[in-house]
Amino acid sequence: MSHPTDSPTREQTLAGLRVLVTGGTSGLGLALVRELTASGARVAFVARGRERVERVARANAGSHGIVGDVSSKTDIHPIALQAVGELGGLDLLINNASDLGPTPLALLGDTDCEDLERALETNLVGPFRLTKALLGALSASAREGRGAVVLNVSSDAAINAYATWGAYSASKAALHHLSRIWNEELSTEGVRVLSVDPGDMDTPMHALAVPDADPATLKRPEIAAHEILEQIAAALPQRSPSIQEAATATGGIG
Amino acid sequence: MIAADHPIQRPPTAKLLTVDHEGRFAHLARDHFADLLRPGDLVVANDAATLPASLHGVHERTREAIEVRLAGWRGVVAGDVAHFEAVVFGAGDYHTRTEHRAPPPTLVPGDRLSLGPLSATVVTTLDHPRLVSLEFHGTADEIWAGLARHGRPIQYAHIAEPLALWDVWTVVAGPPVAFEPPSAGFILSWATIERLHQRGVSFATITLASGISSTGDDDLDRRLPLAEPYRIPEATAIAIRSARAEGRRIVAIGTSVVRALEHAGAGDGIVRAGEGVATNRIGSTSHLSVVDAILTGTHEPGTSHHDLLTAFVNAEMLRHIDAELDAHEYRTHEFGDSVFIERANGTAHPDRLRQGFGASRQSSLVIGSRATAEGCALPK
Repeated sequence: MSHPTDSPTREQTLAGLRVLVTGGTSGLGLALVRELTASGARVAFVARGRERVERVARANAGSHGIVGDVSSKTDIHPIALQAVGELGGLDLLINNASDLGPTPLALLGDTDCEDLERALETNLVGPFRLTKALLGALSASAREGRGAVVLNVSSDAAINAYATWGAYSASKAALHHLSRIWNEELSTEGVRVLSVDPGDMDTPMHALAVPDADPATLKRPEIAAHEILEQIAAALPQRSPSIQEAATATGGIG
Repeated sequence: MIAADHPIQRPPTAKLLTVDHEGRFAHLARDHFADLLRPGDLVVANDAATLPASLHGVHERTREAIEVRLAGWRGVVAGDVAHFEAVVFGAGDYHTRTEHRAPPPTLVPGDRLSLGPLSATVVTTLDHPRLVSLEFHGTADEIWAGLARHGRPIQYAHIAEPLALWDVWTVVAGPPVAFEPPSAGFILSWATIERLHQRGVSFATITLASGISSTGDDDLDRRLPLAEPYRIPEATAIAIRSARAEGRRIVAIGTSVVRALEHAGAGDGIVRAGEGVATNRIGSTSHLSVVDAILTGTHEPGTSHHDLLTAFVNAEMLRHIDAELDAHEYRTHEFGDSVFIERANGTAHPDRLRQGFGASRQSSLVIGSRATAEGCALPK
């Protein structure tokens, strides 16, 4: 996808960037995989369903599909190993996979504990574990001058209190604060941790949450993906030509 | 020494023996490591993540159970994940000491191995019944997925519970290329790294695909360490050059870092960025041209890791160190205690140019290109 407003800097910054996107087969995650791949980034993505993972990998030439569940403790290191192995390192982690909690949405008093736990495992503990497992690779990128960014997909529900959004909101509020603290702690390592609210989008998850919403009033995920990548490009150091070359010359581990 | 039998990377009781350049000993709590360093020191760690390199499966021709332990790979620097050297055992698992493990069925080129979701063919048998080179079938992504899902960390009988990948990844673990953990790096926490920065100590990493440390077979163990591919980032090479130019110390975390830096700097002591394959064996006749001090685990006499320490101190001093570790009940193996050794007086940098080392060690460093020519051939 090309956008007339793209600055050459943005394209240069994304080309050769080594990226892992979670929840990469639908909604915002899929839009990010498509735009990153089209921008020349080297992309690995995770999702639970093998068939969809394989379909998205085929449709986005050069991308690497990983079957895994970020809410599962035992899946985290295999996901990290495959991503860093396939890409040879990691410059950008996008924790996008999210769980809505109970569907249809429910008042907290009617929310099953298991639904809250699943939202926390997917939206908070999963991104925590995956970021921790990938911190070595990310900090190495920062030391090498490539820059390193973790982007956690947040929500205005992380800030505002909306009835029936309790499980999702609590998990996203915790993720938002985790992002801020980690960003403070990692500043000396040169790793940036961003928490970004993409806005209300026309995605399968939004349809689950608000089935009667008018899609015309919602943001297209492609637009949100584009905006997010603008923010990421701004957080990364401008690539020098030598790093660009190294990024494209090194095919595998290195 | 006592075997450390629990997979805890930073037990609060961990100990650290320090040996300064005049051979004086001191005992510290290990989490005080950062306080040993001087402003200006450059600490270099190995950021290799550990592969789950133990693969159980079946030898198709005989239908016998086998365990394959991946031990080396020639093509990792070029992104080739299909070809490995491997040590093969018969039925059984890590609970049996390696020296008591059953041999595999007779392996011949062309034999197929089914290893969970992975399948492989024996390409060549290397001059030992347990040692083969393997080719995995499938795409690179399929091989990574198969290793990630089916493999288990290589482990030994001194730890009873099965290891998970998080047990063997250091906090700086990045590229998954090591067959056993670069375990000296278990000393590192993010708080320790922050403390280094606060003290004016620099921190850098290299990546070296640490090979297996024990095969249970004397013939094979004598060949260790196997050739190990490595990569030195540009930023690390620059940091080392400026530290050396300014007379600041290079402190290696682990024997693998010593091996990589001394291989890359062989000849003139100038460490260049790029990829290479370390084939060097470091011991009492080696003259260190890059590294000034080492933080390492406690190693048993007779192992290649132990031999490497004789490049820092002479054999008599090393016997004193071993006795001191025994007397103070230090724990050994990958989750054990640590030793910090400054290079002894008499092997200091100013001497290195007069000693004519390097003639015996041919550098195979290939700068910025794919080092395949030298491969990972086992040292004969």
